[in-house]
Amino acid sequence: MSEPSTTTTPSTLQRTKSVIAACLGAVLLQIVLAAPLQAAEEYRTVTVTDPYLELHTGPGRGYPVFHVVDRGEDVDIVKRRTDWFLVRADNGKEGWVDLAQMELTLDPDGEQVVFQRASIEDFTNARWETGFLAGDFGGANIVSLYGSYSLNPHVAVELWGSQILGNFSNGWMGSVNLVHETWPEWRVSPFFTLGAGVIHTEPKSTIVQGVDRTDQIGHVGGGFRVYVMRRFLLRAEYKSYVVFTSRDENEEVEEWKVGFAFFF
Amino acid sequence: MESRFRVLFLMTTAIGLSGCAATKNLFGWGEPAARSSLSEPPGQVIDPEVERREIKEPAIDREDFEIGAFAGLMNIEDFGTDLVYGVRFAYHVTEGFFVEATAGHSRAGLTSFEVLSGGARLISDSERDLYYYNLNVGYNVLPGEVFIGEGRAYNTSLYLIAGLGSTEFAGDDRFTVNVGLGYRFLLTDSIALHVDFRDHLYDIDLLGEEKTAHNPEGHIGFTVFF
Repeated sequence: MSEPSTTTTPSTLQRTKSVIAACLGAVLLQIVLAAPLQAAEEYRTVTVTDPYLELHTGPGRGYPVFHVVDRGEDVDIVKRRTDWFLVRADNGKEGWVDLAQMELTLDPDGEQVVFQRASIEDFTNARWETGFLAGDFGGANIVSLYGSYSLNPHVAVELWGSQILGNFSNGWMGSVNLVHETWPEWRVSPFFTLGAGVIHTEPKSTIVQGVDRTDQIGHVGGGFRVYVMRRFLLRAEYKSYVVFTSRDENEEVEEWKVGFAFFF
Repeated sequence: MESRFRVLFLMTTAIGLSGCAATKNLFGWGEPAARSSLSEPPGQVIDPEVERREIKEPAIDREDFEIGAFAGLMNIEDFGTDLVYGVRFAYHVTEGFFVEATAGHSRAGLTSFEVLSGGARLISDSERDLYYYNLNVGYNVLPGEVFIGEGRAYNTSLYLIAGLGSTEFAGDDRFTVNVGLGYRFLLTDSIALHVDFRDHLYDIDLLGEEKTAHNPEGHIGFTVFF
């Protein structure tokens, strides 16, 4: 039974590969072709109820108003960037309108238009979070990225990747953390964290002696998440690490970090 | 030993503190949330059957992200100036404020010593490759418009960035601080041309004494908002 299989495998593989390639090609083509079509369909029309809607030349407060749309007229929303909306008036003029003015328009059902904006409630309840922190890891510099998934407003699981850049050695560290927030609804929310992972260190090339090492680590710590605005938060934390080395003594390392993060 | 006990104590406290409150929420062990036990007012006969209207946000294309590539020149201190190229990714938080990640590659030339001495080499060929990544915070300090001829106006912005990252060069990863100034020129509402000047600072002891090396970079890039 083994013989036929050896002859069929390559052709099956090839067929599978070509099918995958064709699928990928089709998907890519669809993305390329569909993007402008979809964009064309996604225009949303709203009716101006304020005395007038001011169209700015750019998505920012400083850009001058170059056109106004009167009360009762319709505009199409083309896209949104931060808190600014590119709209197209009936006469074809396109300009940027800020969120506060857009929320004074009516949708086709005559209801007031409401746009999504992240608030402190999302800070408490959002599922996903990602951030960047930097600081001191036992005298060395550390740069970290993390992703977090909240099981509920109090408990989150985090995945961390860090690069350690010291005077004598460099390294990488990866860890899984469990984070608990007692008062997640507070604007400055304290948390406890507990985790385990792996650390890899290699001495600098200018250091003559020394070998690469990979060790397991465990850590405990705490810190604060601070809501700033929209999806944006600041985070500061302290962690105490135990490095389980293969030598007689375990190493202990203290770490301080600050940085920013976003929730989704 | 004392510090080991301290860690153990910290761990148990943390588990205890977080555990108690966490399990309550995780498995629903704690007191069930107080349910409203208000009985209907005696006078009410007909329930008002008005459904609460769902508020739906119109499906609008959001363009807060920016992705692109750049190429330019980078001066690696002591090693001359060479081509640099890389990629950039940004997220615009507000109209003024954004965060940005960049990654780039350049290649070091020869130091003056290496040129004069003939064959001597300070670092190997593979160690001359320089790779960097940076995570920056940026601010559009001077947004504005420029006019080309009478009928054309383009939105532009002068921005400042600062951030941290790492540079792999001469056999080591080096903690790197970078600061810079950039000019964004929006060709359309979604496509931007960038001109950037940045300085990458890291400590290096390759030539004996440790010093902070300045590695200025100038590049031109294109980005697309999506």
